[in-house]
Amino acid sequence: METKKLVCVNCPKGCNITVTLELGKIVDIQGYTCDKGKKYAAQETICPMRVLTSTVKVENASLRVLPVITEAEIPLNLCDQAMEQIRRLNVKAPITVNDIIVKDFLGTGVNLIASRSVKASKIES
Amino acid sequence: MKHYQAVVIGAGCAGLGAAIALKEKGIQDVVILEKDDESGGILNQCIHNGFGLTTFKEQLSGPAFAERFEDQAEILGVELKTGTMVTKLNPDKTVEYVNPQEGYVTISANAIILAVGCYERSRGAVEIPGERPAGIYTAGQAQRYLNIDGYMVGKRVFILGSGDIGLIMARRMTLEGAKVLGVAELMPYSNGLPRNMKQCLEDFNIPLYLSHTVTRVYGHDRLNKVEIAEVGADQKPIANTEKTFDVDTLLLSVGLIPENHLGDDAGIVMDPHTRGPIVDEDYMTSIEGVFAAGNGLNVHDLADFAAHQGGKAGERAAWYIQNGKRKETTVHTVAGENVGYVVPGILHTAALPPVIEFYFRVRKPLHASTIVIRSGERVIRTIEKDHMIPSEMENVILTGKQLDGLSEDLVIEVKEE
Amino acid sequence: MYDAVIIGAGITGTMLARQLSQYKLKVALVDKENDIADGATMANSAIIHTGYDPEDNTMKAKMNVRGAQLYQQLCKDLGCKYKVVGAFIAACGQEEEMKQNILADRADRRGIKYEWLSGNEARKEEPNLNEEVTRVLNFPTTAVIYPWEVAIACAQVAVKNGTELYLDSPVRAIDHVGDTYTVRAGEHVLETTVVINAAGVGADTIYKMVSVHPNFEMKPRKGEYFVIDNAVHYVNHVIFPVPSAKGKGVLAVPTVYGNTLLGPNSDYITSTTDTGSTFQGLDYVRTNITKIMKNAPLRSSIRNFAGLRPSSSFSDFIIEEAKDAKNFINVASIESPGLASAPAIAEYVIQELLKDKLTFEKNPDACMMRHRPLVIAELSEEERAAKIKENPMYGRIICRCEQVSEGEIVDCIHAVCGARSVKGVKKRVRPGMGRCQGGFCEPRVLNILARELKESPLDVVLDSETSKILSKENR
Repeated sequence: METKKLVCVNCPKGCNITVTLELGKIVDIQGYTCDKGKKYAAQETICPMRVLTSTVKVENASLRVLPVITEAEIPLNLCDQAMEQIRRLNVKAPITVNDIIVKDFLGTGVNLIASRSVKASKIES
Repeated sequence: MKHYQAVVIGAGCAGLGAAIALKEKGIQDVVILEKDDESGGILNQCIHNGFGLTTFKEQLSGPAFAERFEDQAEILGVELKTGTMVTKLNPDKTVEYVNPQEGYVTISANAIILAVGCYERSRGAVEIPGERPAGIYTAGQAQRYLNIDGYMVGKRVFILGSGDIGLIMARRMTLEGAKVLGVAELMPYSNGLPRNMKQCLEDFNIPLYLSHTVTRVYGHDRLNKVEIAEVGADQKPIANTEKTFDVDTLLLSVGLIPENHLGDDAGIVMDPHTRGPIVDEDYMTSIEGVFAAGNGLNVHDLADFAAHQGGKAGERAAWYIQNGKRKETTVHTVAGENVGYVVPGILHTAALPPVIEFYFRVRKPLHASTIVIRSGERVIRTIEKDHMIPSEMENVILTGKQLDGLSEDLVIEVKEE
Repeated sequence: MYDAVIIGAGITGTMLARQLSQYKLKVALVDKENDIADGATMANSAIIHTGYDPEDNTMKAKMNVRGAQLYQQLCKDLGCKYKVVGAFIAACGQEEEMKQNILADRADRRGIKYEWLSGNEARKEEPNLNEEVTRVLNFPTTAVIYPWEVAIACAQVAVKNGTELYLDSPVRAIDHVGDTYTVRAGEHVLETTVVINAAGVGADTIYKMVSVHPNFEMKPRKGEYFVIDNAVHYVNHVIFPVPSAKGKGVLAVPTVYGNTLLGPNSDYITSTTDTGSTFQGLDYVRTNITKIMKNAPLRSSIRNFAGLRPSSSFSDFIIEEAKDAKNFINVASIESPGLASAPAIAEYVIQELLKDKLTFEKNPDACMMRHRPLVIAELSEEERAAKIKENPMYGRIICRCEQVSEGEIVDCIHAVCGARSVKGVKKRVRPGMGRCQGGFCEPRVLNILARELKESPLDVVLDSETSKILSKENR
């Protein structure tokens, strides 16, 4: 039997939630005050998920790097792999916000998208 | 001299929000003067998400959030001058600016909105002993170098200040391959949003040293070590509690201060607590027709509120352009027990708008407490709150009716149970 | 073969270089740092004292009085700022008033103008003088300058006239064979007739390279300061306490750009390189300013810094030919009033010490003046409009706090003795001197330096060659 304690970050209440596990499966959750909190605690214990934000190299633009974001949360434990992939990316302006940079990023079913628009530029960086 | 109905200084989300509101309320002649090469303000370098929760019910990155406002401003035909630095605001409502295309220009306006944002407290202002080597940056500087210019500032990092910018950079730099050895926070509690504590520190096992401060930096040309020590209740270092860290980078996240050069020079009355202008329920400063909103008025933790405040200031400025000034000052607002500051600072209770928003921050973390809004002994409203922290700005709405005929100063205080 | 090698490009060395450059002499100026004026010249009170303070029959008295007389014209010739602010020496009580009498007496004998003010009269002019001040001795001709600006201007004049400048060139050894000195500075090997040792806190190290029995030893004295935001108007004059054995005391100084300096303290240290500020030092300033002042605006401090005074085992300036090394001129122990004395020291060294050692034939092509570099904020409206039309970069403001344009930054990089670092740009045109301390402008200045020097942003330095600002390109 294993217990994990965590603080829910979904709202300023910050409920202290205790999750009890047996053989890796959740058997009890205590301390939440709403359904969101309960779901969050369960997910966070089994497989923490995070939205990843970063930048990729962009060419033909007045900016040097383009900010990108995963459209939804992806497993936290993939973040090293994710960064490795992101470092290899190179895109070309013009880009519109929400353009898909990588579809089904790391097989998560979640796309990596542009989080801003950037115009093409004739100026060399 | 060119004349505009409204001039907005700053095209961050508060300025964009103000310009949009002005247009929506029927003011045609609106120009935004922005010092950077593009609009968006500090949001352009805030590539993390969490923006737009209250405005759009979405979680956007900073640039995406700014883009929503930029698009809307463009659709409405707001004139935008970038690369344009305002050098002077005059009490007669003229504005002097300079840019490469036009040179030095003076324009006049019926209404001016200061949406000038804030700057970071620097190392000098916090008195960290030691020399002045390369390797010491404010968190925002490091953020700009990384997210706009595309460069890392160092490899082994220590951060002073658990404010959100510091926490965000702890994560960002770790993801980019730096080793962040710790965050020191002067207070016995963190200054950042709990969400950032989790996702920026806990996720990456970065230790947080509460009640600690940096007591010395080492290195002549480039930083090579920092020393931290525990502090007592007086915030002074306690002997023999020193720890050192071999780092080449120190990031400072030690406070934001409204950028009030222009206001100072124009003689606008400032609030020593917020360090921004004192405004009334219309967001008007002590100079008639000059308004302030956003981080340049009081530092926000959520850009949504800064944008919202900008929108409200724009609405009020539009009303002022169309109707003139409200009647004379009658009461001040007062930050009472457990409250650090209150915006607005002044109320004209003879003719209030239907709804007035009050912004304040508590001075320390409070559980199970009651917000009391009163004038003298007359209690106007009470709100029970389970949980309030200094890093989260509070927002209370009162109706004009509730404040009608107030004769004594309005006090906002928080009573602990 | 050089006629003279000057070691140390601080205020003393650069003034000497400029003076020598009017003659047909081959002169080299070397410094171990990556820029001119990186030592004490960069970290002092910036005051041109009138000369009442040094004791009688000292070089300090002689040089200070003469130097102060020369400064106004000199700054005009160099296109440098010179602001007459006056100095209040504030006494609290009778015992201190007697010390004021000593200073007034010296002023009488040295022809320095002064006047007396009662505590109340003084407080009318300086409302932040505290109530304990009973009488003030006012020296209305005291001025403040921008010390490194003057040093850089002197170096520019010298270099334009043919002086060779070698920065980032620490002197490692000096050989003395016959009548020739061989100075090994960085990668340079300079053979010369005369060596002028103006090496500040390193003067004894340099002297030891040619002497077995040096007659002085450096005892650096650290002084720490607060710099107050120039939005705050605290004082009109320089405010001094009555001097004590420790020195001139903790002052309040209005700078040429409207900031206020509060400081310095005075601490002997053993290091010649540690210019770090300390808790104790800053606390000392914080506490001791209250002796004569109230409402010290420490909350508006934007920066603190420390400097090392090149004090020595001698209480006076050491300006002499070394007894045990012919043609080796020591210009050492130039602590306060060194800044104010510098023009007189340069004059003295040339007229008295070098007169029989070198041939002083005037160079008709030498120009001793410098035009003030363009400062957009100082031009009239029409001039500014014309300049921006001619070059739009003057219309792009990079430093928000001090209103400095891209054009001025580019100019200072390409000028003679141009800036090669972020600090170099800051010294010459001021981005980073304001309340945000480079928070907004530093990344932009860095990019401009990289572009203009045609180097990678990764190679841009803060000050010395090893003080790189960025560590790696991220994408």
